[in-house]
Amino acid sequence: MLSCKQAAELLSAALDRELRLGERLALGLHLALCRDCRNYRRQIGFLRTACRRHPAGEAGCKE
Amino acid sequence: MKTIADQLEEIRPGMLRFALLQLRDRATAEDAVQEALVAALAAAGRFEPRARLRTWVFAILKRKIVDILRQHYREPLAAEPSADPFEPLFDEGGHWRPEDRPAAWGDPLQALENAQFWRIFDACLDHLPENRARVFMMREFLGLETEEICQSLGMSQSNCWVLLHRARMGLRLCLESHWYQNEGDRPC
Repeated sequence: MLSCKQAAELLSAALDRELRLGERLALGLHLALCRDCRNYRRQIGFLRTACRRHPAGEAGCKE
Repeated sequence: MKTIADQLEEIRPGMLRFALLQLRDRATAEDAVQEALVAALAAAGRFEPRARLRTWVFAILKRKIVDILRQHYREPLAAEPSADPFEPLFDEGGHWRPEDRPAAWGDPLQALENAQFWRIFDACLDHLPENRARVFMMREFLGLETEEICQSLGMSQSNCWVLLHRARMGLRLCLESHWYQNEGDRPC
């Protein structure tokens, strides 16, 4: 069973690379049982959305 | 009908803000924007009118910024501590400590409409240590793959992943304490 610390590392890694099968399975199991890490996944996913929609970026204010 | 040059002039302040966020130096950011505008004007004939001018010119600006980062930051990054700075968030078994459990952020997308949220977000970005910030910006704002980032910065991929993980951890902690906690949005 993954610890939350390991799960958090894998959740970040998943934003940057394809996880291996074993990693995906272990992470899936952990997330099914751990609301904190599900929250963490949503939080870092939101960081990516925020960066893409940053007002200083290309999606920013209207022309 | 506005010319492309007029429209670029309108986009320019946004470009400068974006470049400043990436480069953290006004003179360098102004150079990047100037070079991007010159390149955009030179290539204006190839601009597809149905495309969004802002998207097109930002793509040019991003390439300029990546070039500048490659040239200016040849010297290796300050050493990243090998000890995990976020270790204290977890107990001996590697589980979140009760007071450090990630909160549900409700509907975080609402925050994107809020100017105060963006002020906090930028301040949190500014507070990231330089090397984490640089890797994070290259990944999330410039849209580079980690392979390109570590090549540009002369570091290993695994180092890159560690920096990205720590940048995200730092940013979410900062947002959690400066934005979401004040929102009264902690269900558990």
